[in-house]
Amino acid sequence: MKGKRAFKLSLIIAVLIVAIIFFAAAISLTLGSLPALKEFGWKFFFSKEWDPVSDRFGALPFLVGTLLTSFLALIISLPLSLSISILLGEYMKNGRFSSTVKSLVDLIAAVPSVIYGFWGLEVLVPFVRNLEIKFGIVPYGVGIFTASLILSFMIIPNTASLAREVIELVPGDLKEAAYSLGATRYEVIKKVTLPYARSGILAGILLSLGRALGETMAVTMVIGNNNNIPKNLFYPANTMASVIANEFTEATGDIYYSSLIAIGFALFLVTALFGILGRYIINKTTIKIAK
Amino acid sequence: MKGIRLRILKDRAFKFAIYLLSLLSLTPLFLIMFYTFRKGLKAINLQFLTHLPKPVGVEGGGISNAIVGTFLLVTIASAISIPVGVWAGIYLSENKRSWISEFLRITVDILQAIPSIVIGIIAYLWVVKPMGRFSALSGGIALAIMMLPIVVRNTEEVLRLIPPYLKEASLALGVPYHRTIIKVIIPAGIPGIVSGILLGISRIAGETAPLLFTAFGNQFMNWNIMKPVNALPLLIFNYAMSPYDEWKRLAWGASVVLILLVLAGNIISRMVAKKWKVQF
Amino acid sequence: MNKKFIVNLMLGALMLTGLLQATGGVKDLTGAGATFPYPLYARWFDIYHNETGIQVNYQAIGSGGGIRQLLNKTVDFGGTDAFMNDRELAKSPENPILHFPTCLGAVVITYNIPGNPELKLTPKVISGIFLGKITRWNDPKLVQLNPEVKLPSQKIVVVHRSDGSGTTFVFSDYLSKVSKEWAQRVGKGKSLRWPVGLGGKGNPGVAGLIKQIRGSIGYVELAFAEKNNLPYASIKNKHGKFIKPTLKSISLAAKVNIPPDTRVSITDTEAPEGYPIASFTWIIFYREQNYGKRSYERAKELINLFWWMIHQGQQYNENLLYGKLPAPVIKTAEKIIKSVTYNGKPILR
Repeated sequence: MKGKRAFKLSLIIAVLIVAIIFFAAAISLTLGSLPALKEFGWKFFFSKEWDPVSDRFGALPFLVGTLLTSFLALIISLPLSLSISILLGEYMKNGRFSSTVKSLVDLIAAVPSVIYGFWGLEVLVPFVRNLEIKFGIVPYGVGIFTASLILSFMIIPNTASLAREVIELVPGDLKEAAYSLGATRYEVIKKVTLPYARSGILAGILLSLGRALGETMAVTMVIGNNNNIPKNLFYPANTMASVIANEFTEATGDIYYSSLIAIGFALFLVTALFGILGRYIINKTTIKIAK
Repeated sequence: MKGIRLRILKDRAFKFAIYLLSLLSLTPLFLIMFYTFRKGLKAINLQFLTHLPKPVGVEGGGISNAIVGTFLLVTIASAISIPVGVWAGIYLSENKRSWISEFLRITVDILQAIPSIVIGIIAYLWVVKPMGRFSALSGGIALAIMMLPIVVRNTEEVLRLIPPYLKEASLALGVPYHRTIIKVIIPAGIPGIVSGILLGISRIAGETAPLLFTAFGNQFMNWNIMKPVNALPLLIFNYAMSPYDEWKRLAWGASVVLILLVLAGNIISRMVAKKWKVQF
Repeated sequence: MNKKFIVNLMLGALMLTGLLQATGGVKDLTGAGATFPYPLYARWFDIYHNETGIQVNYQAIGSGGGIRQLLNKTVDFGGTDAFMNDRELAKSPENPILHFPTCLGAVVITYNIPGNPELKLTPKVISGIFLGKITRWNDPKLVQLNPEVKLPSQKIVVVHRSDGSGTTFVFSDYLSKVSKEWAQRVGKGKSLRWPVGLGGKGNPGVAGLIKQIRGSIGYVELAFAEKNNLPYASIKNKHGKFIKPTLKSISLAAKVNIPPDTRVSITDTEAPEGYPIASFTWIIFYREQNYGKRSYERAKELINLFWWMIHQGQQYNENLLYGKLPAPVIKTAEKIIKSVTYNGKPILR
């Protein structure tokens, strides 16, 4: 009996450690952000003045940068990810070729972000720069558009895998019923599979969005690092994650330092929200399907 | 008849579009891999793997300290996250419906969603500032926080897959509860758990952001975990953004090494998991 | 229990190696800061390692980073081309932070236009470009200064620093002196509210961007322009002469009276042949070295390093296009290094 007690205790300790890590993280971030939030109030998130010389900080340019790149990346990647998931979930469900492609997609998802950034710097940026020269736009090469492109590449494999899993879960008999009524493949996908998998796909989108919002390295390397609200999509900018990466080690001045932590805290809250929402929807979907 | 023809046309067009779009989306991804290998493989030789980086303008140079650094960081992260993560995973699989478990699952989800740069801030506040120095330890702790959710979830899922009759048979034979778990259930699930750990390691080996304000970087070789250390992703990041061709060459080579490491981890993890799942 | 035991054993072994190394005498020092002198420091520390076996790990994260990390006491010394102002120094009232300069450098205006011509620029034109008022290369003001050059009609792409930079400080310090509008609109500092342009990380980042973008212009330390074969401009100085940044013109700019704490700006120099955007770069550290469990050995090694930097190190400066410290400056630096104490007692005698 003593062994059992000790064992159960060790389990609880492990659980406590995880919980403590979480709470301590939230507390550290809150405490770190307080000086900035006390100084600027909620206006911090709506002010576009990021001025280390006069110690006035506002996070609006980074909110804009983050939202623009993430949503643009989502829009670009969505049709592409869905195509892959439909391909692997409907047209190429079985067979060695299919499982090879599935594995390849998962492997690509594992490529570290810094390598995407490096490739982006060496290949994508000059490419975009040439495009800009052709269209008569200032040839920065770096900027919101380039960052969104790289970001979309990065979230395609994840979204595709998630969506595929949900699509595969659609009950066979529902589809069989539709086929037996004379529906074409396209119609079955459009009217049966996708509506059924809709919430699961939505969850996948939310999770990918959460990932895109917090993505740091690849974005930092190609976004151009300009602390103003970008004038257009080809302008350099900064995201919440990239401004922290650029300026955290050198924020002299406590308000500067605290402002960056406040941005990190905001990121924490937003990605946490998306993570919970996404997971919640997935659970509900799988339970519904299991029933 | 016209109606049917239109529908069949739509069906064919859709299939074509799906195949085309899939090809379109997978091509750049494959291109990235090929480009990296093409540029990086030529940089790799024995000197590359065993020498230290040199200042700009001096010949030679390699990435040996980055390889060692990544190894140290991964080891520290694993040492922390494996015991805690596996044990927490066991709790979750043994107490499926308690409110503590629900709460823990949400906590783990949130931890997994936190951007790696924010985890870097946390590790800086918790370890670097109080210690008064940058260190491999702080980097390892940051990576441990990232690896923890992966290990916890994976362990829970793996243990859930183990058929209940194993546990019941052992308990029926009079084996005490805790020995059942430790000596019967866990060994049955080891391949699955190991596969999850490998996946976690592959994930954190490539992370750069949390290392920016913790491991810090080092031009020299360092095995001491209380001191700053170089790492593969850090080296790639720093050299990629420099204007020097010699450094970029090193960065490509390091990228290849990193990708191979990450891919190996993923593939082995998959193989182990597949072989194990067949048992049940 | 087996797995956990093995894992804990590993962790214990790792910590043991750490402890063993820690007790074996001080073999390494950590520094962080300016990218401005990085090519020189990298050379210095490589040679110093060969000569003494001490590993000096210097991470070029920008002058702002150097100051911040020294204030956080996470490094042994910091490097900055923006000497700390009184407000920053007030952050450590009980243990004053000292400066000494290590070399002289120049902030040059570098650019990427066809033909790589040598341009002549005036303070007014420079501030106009970086304020975003002059937007095209063939703007009449530029053409007037450079009649023999065929300037393209392209838009000017400004490149500045994305990180907290001493190079930025030196550049903006100069601009604030020569342009009232700049002083009002932007001011001087390590991180600025740039009206236009892209950000590059570190001097290397800016040089890299300029190398790639046709029509770009930016400011970097001389060594970075040279190493990357980038052209740079001659600038009209206070006396109306167009001065090219060379070792000579940099040294001439430094012929000023240096205060005992060595914190001095030499931009917009009075010297008739001096380059207007020259600067010292400093090492910063604490005067009392017994803080945060630092050992006497570590303090001694640090002082030895500093002494080497202002004496034996200087022979390597000019090859890498950094100016040597003038003799009176070395004397002042020696005084400062000699004033460093451990438990109140000076380390060097």
